[in-house]
Parts: sequence; C-alpha cells; structure tokens
Amino acid sequence: MQRYSGFGLVKHALSHHENWERQWRNPTPKKQYDVIIVGGGGHGLATAYYLAKEFGVKNVAVIEKGWLGGGNTARNTTIVRSNYLWDESAALYEHAMKLWEGLSQDLNYNVMFSQRGVLNLGHTLQDMRDIQRRVNANRLNGIDGEVLDTKGVQALVPIMDCSKNARYPVMGASWQPRAGVARHDAVAWGYARGADAHGVDILQQTEVTGFKIRDGRIYGVHTNRGDIEAKTVGCVTAGNSGVLANMGGFQLPLESHPLQALVSEPIKPILDTVVMSNHVHGYISQSDKGDLVIGAGIDGYNGYGQRGSYPTVEHTLQAIVEMFPIFSRVRMNRQWGGIVDTCPDACPIISKTPVKGLFFNCGWGTGGFKATPGSGHVFAASLAKGEMHPIAEPFSMFRFHSGALIDEHGAAGVAH
Amino acid sequence: MFYIYCPYCGEHREEEEFHPKGQAHIERPKEPEACSDEEWGNYLFFRNNPRGVHHEMWVHAVGCRKFFNVTRHTVSYEILETYKMGEQPTITADSQKQPREAAAVSHQEGVRA
Repeated sequence: MQRYSGFGLVKHALSHHENWERQWRNPTPKKQYDVIIVGGGGHGLATAYYLAKEFGVKNVAVIEKGWLGGGNTARNTTIVRSNYLWDESAALYEHAMKLWEGLSQDLNYNVMFSQRGVLNLGHTLQDMRDIQRRVNANRLNGIDGEVLDTKGVQALVPIMDCSKNARYPVMGASWQPRAGVARHDAVAWGYARGADAHGVDILQQTEVTGFKIRDGRIYGVHTNRGDIEAKTVGCVTAGNSGVLANMGGFQLPLESHPLQALVSEPIKPILDTVVMSNHVHGYISQSDKGDLVIGAGIDGYNGYGQRGSYPTVEHTLQAIVEMFPIFSRVRMNRQWGGIVDTCPDACPIISKTPVKGLFFNCGWGTGGFKATPGSGHVFAASLAKGEMHPIAEPFSMFRFHSGALIDEHGAAGVAH
Repeated sequence: MFYIYCPYCGEHREEEEFHPKGQAHIERPKEPEACSDEEWGNYLFFRNNPRGVHHEMWVHAVGCRKFFNVTRHTVSYEILETYKMGEQPTITADSQKQPREAAAVSHQEGVRA
C-alpha cells in the first residue's frame, strides 16, 4: 500500500497527480476463504480490516452486491457519539469512540473526524430528568458529558431560538464534547483500502443468493459469480438482514423501515456543533462543505424502497425551523432514504445464529454509523475466535427469547 | 404520499390522516401462561419483514379512528387492497406471483391478455 503523506502529495504534484495507485484491487473470487463477510458497508469493511490486521485472519472475502459503502454508510447524517444510558450499549459505543479518536492515523486515511460536540436538547421537565439520569450514567461509565441549562445552550449555539416563547422552549441539553461528525464515505474507503492492503479480497457486484448449509453448519455461500466456500460467514447487511436470515432458515426480530435525510445548499459557516432534539424530532449539523445536514425520522411502515415520504420531510423541517428560525429561507438541495433494520429494543444484534459458523451483525437501526469501528472490531474478534467478544455478548439474538433486552429506546437521546 | 382507501369511511384519504400500526393478523396466544419462552418471544418481538407483499394494520387516526388492514408491496409501495378488521386478504404473496408470471409470459409471447 502506498502510504499517504504531505511529502507524497508534493511528490505526486510533480506528475500532475496522474500516478496514484488504486486504493484497492478488483480481484476475481477464489474458491475458498477462511472467513466471508457479506455486506461491504462500513461495518463489514471494518470487520474485514480488523480480522486481517489484529486477529491474523488474512484469507478473507467481503462480498457486496452493489458498490462499497453504497448503502446506509453513504446515507446517514455522520453523527458520532457514545452517550448511551445502559452499561452494555455505553461499553459498545465508547469502544467505538476510542477507535474513532485514532482512526485517521490507524488507517492512514483522513476520515475527517471532527469532535465538535453533540447537544441533545431537553424541552420538557421529563426530558431534563432523563438527561440528568443519562449524563450521570455516562460519567459513571467514564464517558464525558455535561448537563447544560438554557443559558449554556444559548452560549454554544447563539442562532438557536432559546426564548420562552418558542412552542417547545429549550430547557437545557446534554452535551458530549468528544462527540462529533466524520466523513462517512472516507470511513468505508479507508477501511476498504486498509483491508485490501492486508490481503482481503473485496468482491463488488457479487450478490449472495443463498447459504450452503450441511448438518446445521455453514460451509459456503451461493453467489451470482459462483459458489464460494468458507467455514465462517459474517452477515453485515443492515436492511436486508431479514432476507438473508430467511435464506439461513431462521427469523430475526427486525423490521426494515425507510429513514431519510436531506442537505441544504452550501452556506457560510454558521453552526459549529451538532444539535439533536428528540422532542421536536430533528437533528442538524453543518458539513465542512457548508451544507446543513438534516436527519428526519423513519417512516412508520415497513419498506425496502430506498426513499422516504414527503410528510416526514415536512415534519422534520418544521422542527428545524422551530429551533432555528434563521434557517427558514434556506433551500434544500438533496433528499434521500436508506433502509434501516430496527430492533424492538433499539439495540443491535451481534450474534451467533442457529446455524453453526454463521454470524450476524445487524439491527443497528437508525444509529449504526457511530459504532462502525467498534462494531467491526468486536465482530472481527468474535469471528476469529468463534466465540462472542465480551462487549458483543449481551447483544445476542437470543435475548428476545430470554427476555434480557437492552431497552435503549428513547432513553439515550436516540432521536427515533 | 399514500392515498389510502379507508374501508369504514368508504373514501380515499391522504396518508397523513393515518398511522401504520405494524403487522396484521397477529393472534394473541390463547393461553399466555402455557407459552414457552420461545413462543412468547416470537409473539412479542418477531414480525414478518418481507421484501414484497405485506399485510399490515393502519389506523385512521384523524378520521373514523378505526383500525383496518392494508396489503401493500414493500418495494414498490403499491397498495394492493384495504379490508376491514376480521376479514382475510384476497391478495397474498402467493396469489400475486401467478398473475405476474402469467403477465410476463403473455408479454414475452406478444399475446394480448
């Protein structure tokens, strides 16, 4: 792998930047691998990267039916935070946060991780009580967090309407300074380049059409480019996980919903942090390019069409304009949807399955991007050893029968 | 935006008058105490999530406030039918397959159906 550096930039300038090597190969599938990862999004590529780099499993294929990072990795609003209420999820997301903090150096790829802080607003007394509880829980888990009052919020975001006359007055917020945003495409590309450098085969335009299972054990997958064998298969396929689980002969407690986001035309720097509001339901940040990045809610019905409904966009923009009257005349540029696989308890599934050797990492619902490095790391550890990593252990798919749910819904400032 | 026919009001209305309420035709176990953990977990948490024809409940929240059933395609989002509570769908994933395949065949052969 050609390492990127300031010196390299100068060197390549001399040849008009025409001789950069490709970031990853486009190999033909081998007959057999040690591990197959299904799904070439951020989580899948991160899993492959850590498998090859940290756990010594180099004979790995990532199978992607479309192109790298073309699903939810490229469709989210890029927010990264770890202020979750329960110990299990706090451990998982904080594990990811610590990896985020060194990710650009680790990958030798600028993922533009910007720790500009995240505000979760409270608009009611109950919101504020929940925020206090969550911030206290975070601090006990060693995660940074502060409770701010209205004045504190106004000082951080002067353009927000914090007046008493607002329809839902801002009573305060939780503030995680280490949280922020990252460039989502760069995360997928950085992991792909890193994994490829360690010998991982990334197979794009390759669709898994079935699993090869014998005596309750997996030994390969059928694809549109022929059969590929492996004793360990990890599925990281977000919205299509339920469809793949059915191919394996079991069901997952997931429902797929469209979730959408939109960006405005680029404007001068005006918002230097991330603002989320659960109560009026909108969240917003400004990208380095200048566009306002706005996240909407999910559509309540199941859907696999990668588009959202207009009433949802309308409600979201009402919430944004309610919080930021100054944005009322900003024009929106683009709007898109992704398919999120939501779990009943709003926590992911990182788990063994009834089929031996087949693992699933899914159910991230509306908030998977922030966990990309941590999810990949613990999933890689689990695939390498055949036993779940301690951080992944509580997220078993069997918790929906044992009753050991991790009820993160609404408790963590999750804006859905 | 969906334009949904409420079988109770007998009218098409806009999506915003309705709320989706999840999978239809789920029967509560007759003897919950007798359920195994697996049966109870399946009843509470496991839902059909098909990529195709799906039966779901909707409520006409700002209309007649009644629940009813909708058969809808989860990729094209086409609403195939709506019917009252207690009724069974006339269109299912199986019944959908045949006319479409027949249509494809007749299209191939240039036959007018």
